[in-house]
Amino acid sequence: MTQPLLKVEDLRIALAGDGVTHNAVENVSFEIGRGEAFGLVGESGCGKSISALAVMGLLKRPLSVASGRIVLDGREIQDASPAEWRNLRGSKIGMIFQEPMTALNPLSPVGRQIAEMFVLHEGAGWTEAMDRAEEALRQVHVPSPERRIKDFPHQLSGGMRQRVMIAIALACGPDLLIADEPTTALDVTVQAEIIDLMRELCAAKGTAILMISHDLGLVANMCRRVAVMYAGRIVESRPADAIFATPSHPYTQGLVDSLPRLGERSRRGRQKLREITGVVPAISSYPSGCRFNPRCPAATEVCREVAPGISPLPDDGLVRCHHHG
Amino acid sequence: MLSVLTRRLLNVVPTLLSVIALVFLLFSVLPGSFMSSMGEDGRTTIDPAVMERMKKEMGLDDPLPTRFAKYVASVAVGDFGKSFRTREPVTKLIGQRIWPSLKLVFAAMAFAIAIGVTLGFFAALKPGSPVDTISMVGAISGLSLSQFWFGLMLMYLFALKLKWLPSFGYGDGGLSHLILPAVALGVGPMALLARTTRAAVLDVLNADFVRTARSKGMSERLVVKWHVLRNALVLVITIVGLQFGSLMGQAVVVEKLFAWPGVGSLMVDSVFQRDIPAVQGCILMIVLFFLAINTLVDIAYSVIDPRIRYR
Amino acid sequence: MKLPLKLPRLKGGTSLWVGGALVGLAITVAIAAPLIAHTDPVLDANLMNAEIPPDAEYWFGTDAQGRDIYSRIVYGSRISLTVGVVSQILNSLIGVTLGLTAGYWGGWWDDVVSGLTNLMLAIPSLVFALAIMAILGPGLVSLLVALGLTAWSYSCRVARAQVLSLKSQGYIQAARILGYGDLRIMFTQVLPNVLGPLIVIATLGMGSAILSEAALSFLGLGIRPPFPSWGSMLSEARDQITTAPWLSVFPGLAIFLTVLGLNLLGDGLRDILDPQSKTRRS
Repeated sequence: MTQPLLKVEDLRIALAGDGVTHNAVENVSFEIGRGEAFGLVGESGCGKSISALAVMGLLKRPLSVASGRIVLDGREIQDASPAEWRNLRGSKIGMIFQEPMTALNPLSPVGRQIAEMFVLHEGAGWTEAMDRAEEALRQVHVPSPERRIKDFPHQLSGGMRQRVMIAIALACGPDLLIADEPTTALDVTVQAEIIDLMRELCAAKGTAILMISHDLGLVANMCRRVAVMYAGRIVESRPADAIFATPSHPYTQGLVDSLPRLGERSRRGRQKLREITGVVPAISSYPSGCRFNPRCPAATEVCREVAPGISPLPDDGLVRCHHHG
Repeated sequence: MLSVLTRRLLNVVPTLLSVIALVFLLFSVLPGSFMSSMGEDGRTTIDPAVMERMKKEMGLDDPLPTRFAKYVASVAVGDFGKSFRTREPVTKLIGQRIWPSLKLVFAAMAFAIAIGVTLGFFAALKPGSPVDTISMVGAISGLSLSQFWFGLMLMYLFALKLKWLPSFGYGDGGLSHLILPAVALGVGPMALLARTTRAAVLDVLNADFVRTARSKGMSERLVVKWHVLRNALVLVITIVGLQFGSLMGQAVVVEKLFAWPGVGSLMVDSVFQRDIPAVQGCILMIVLFFLAINTLVDIAYSVIDPRIRYR
Repeated sequence: MKLPLKLPRLKGGTSLWVGGALVGLAITVAIAAPLIAHTDPVLDANLMNAEIPPDAEYWFGTDAQGRDIYSRIVYGSRISLTVGVVSQILNSLIGVTLGLTAGYWGGWWDDVVSGLTNLMLAIPSLVFALAIMAILGPGLVSLLVALGLTAWSYSCRVARAQVLSLKSQGYIQAARILGYGDLRIMFTQVLPNVLGPLIVIATLGMGSAILSEAALSFLGLGIRPPFPSWGSMLSEARDQITTAPWLSVFPGLAIFLTVLGLNLLGDGLRDILDPQSKTRRS
């Protein structure tokens, strides 16, 4: 088997509180191959975004990587020095954030914000960098880029701003693009455009994608493999098509059942959308045993007491549930 | 740019008019009017005939609305009336005082910005560090000082004990006379600026676009230089404007303490001499300065922040 | 996804306690003044004891008339605290009334109030107070009026903003549909929501009022000698700064510590009562 581009092993992220330290994320492991699209799905607060920030080395107090390994291209990076991180960020890993409204500096023209990448990583002068920024804007299909490079973020629409973010993240041809809820803040029609754009550019450049979203449908549509996170742990990791066909973890089943799908009615008959009862627990009050047990329809005594291990599934999948394997 | 200026000036007019109205009413309607107090203070006794003549001369017998209309009309053409005491135009009295006042205010503000913004900035870069703690304890102490006591202590230490600097007066207008009053006046704004700058920089450091900048692989130094400074400046500049604008008024006590010949000490002297036109003139001058500074700040805003320029 | 990036603020706690202790001390001294003062602050003048430096008997020394500075400072706390408390009650009443009604009724009344607020901002409050003192003449009552009428713009703005925010959330309309009267809505629905920020503003405002009182008394327009206001004591002390510096040091320290206490307390309270606000003073 060839070496994966990114390998996260047994990642644990600690949240330092007043005297107590909680594990915001634990036992998180996944691999992304070169050029592969991988999805991390879960409700807000499940730890998917901070896992991504850990891969970028951007965790801030009171969060920190407590243990585990992050291996990029065969190199362990979880303990990299600030200078090493600076070389990785932007040139090896690019990142897009959720809020295109606030993720760009409001006082700086967008062209300059793209051009910074070439100045930082490729030693370009500002004139050259601005020319390349214009080209980068053209590649993300921003109309009349020669005028747009002088625009300020507030003069662009949300979709255009997210295109600028993509141009920044991909400017120096990184191996991995991390997209943290890239379309959540956008209109539905624009969402599809942005997803297509990411897919097109990454396919052309062979960039792998780590897609983070609460939207299982969106992720499954874009990614080859999907991991579902719940309360700081990965509960199921499967090829995307399998996860829809035969969701194994009760939480995943809940997510799948809560999705409206076209064509589904005719196949399964008229059916109501179902919701998962209960709420996501707070980090400080994770239940013992399987963390999903208070909301799980199939919970038994063992679920309340023992944390389930990982069991393999026949289709190259993994599930963390007592009732499987 | 021009439109910002015009709109701003249009905003200033009603405020200015209401200040004029207030200043006029305060001294015309409320008890303790000039004429009655002049007789009351015991030092001066005026021949009733002279009093009548003066009243007529100053138009004090006209009905209130007429007097108000006349007052507004004369203020509009830059005539603040004649001083009751010296019989000179108030504008001339203020004219003699405005330059020392401006010098003091600008010196105090320069001191406040140089020290306050610097301290606040470095405190924010290392929150919780000794630099931060000392700056912030210093800042809250600075806010709690009474200017004139601080001035008095400075005077005692640097002028009377160490004899490094002159204790009071304007001297020949040189720097040595300026330092102590400027520091005494500037310490409050300095403390406030240290606090606001710290809050502003911390605020910006937590902004999403700073995370974006870090995700680009930028060093902290460049993050601050390229993305934090300008954004923090926008937040700091409001406070600078408000402080700067009100400083001429705040200077009243310091000017009196250091016998500085500014508008503030003119106002205090005129209050004691019941020289109503001069008091009114000083208040108007102080308000005009406030409005002028704030207009300038608004323009500065529109230069720095494109969101305002295009709105 | 929102990260819990804000560290719990340790400093809020410290400043709350240090500030509370200083303010508590000032209040205790003011209440217990007759018990802890050594002499009568005004009457016990004795020229034989003039200008004695601080010693075991006269802790803070004596002034030119031989009065005990310690006792005068003890009694002076009554004036400072009275001025602080009364002026802030007045300011809060004016500010909240104007702010609530302006935000609630809107329209021309809102324009009038915001015009007034702009007016108050444009005239530095010390200058405004000075003008009022000039008209009313020196004395405690004039001081209370002058300082109580000139610093309400903060509470006004906060109250108005709160009404507007509740309006936009539909609370007020809901209350109206339930048949509540305007006044009832303002006092039962809106007022409780502004109390926190208001207490913070009043605490910090008390500090400024004490400083203004000292400044006005120093200029000779506030409390006149021989009554022991810290400001008027400084005004008398100024001429003797070379011969008797202690006359200037101690009243100034009293002002500083009291105002520092109020500012620290206000900061600490803000962290508890009004967490979302930034530095609201200017």
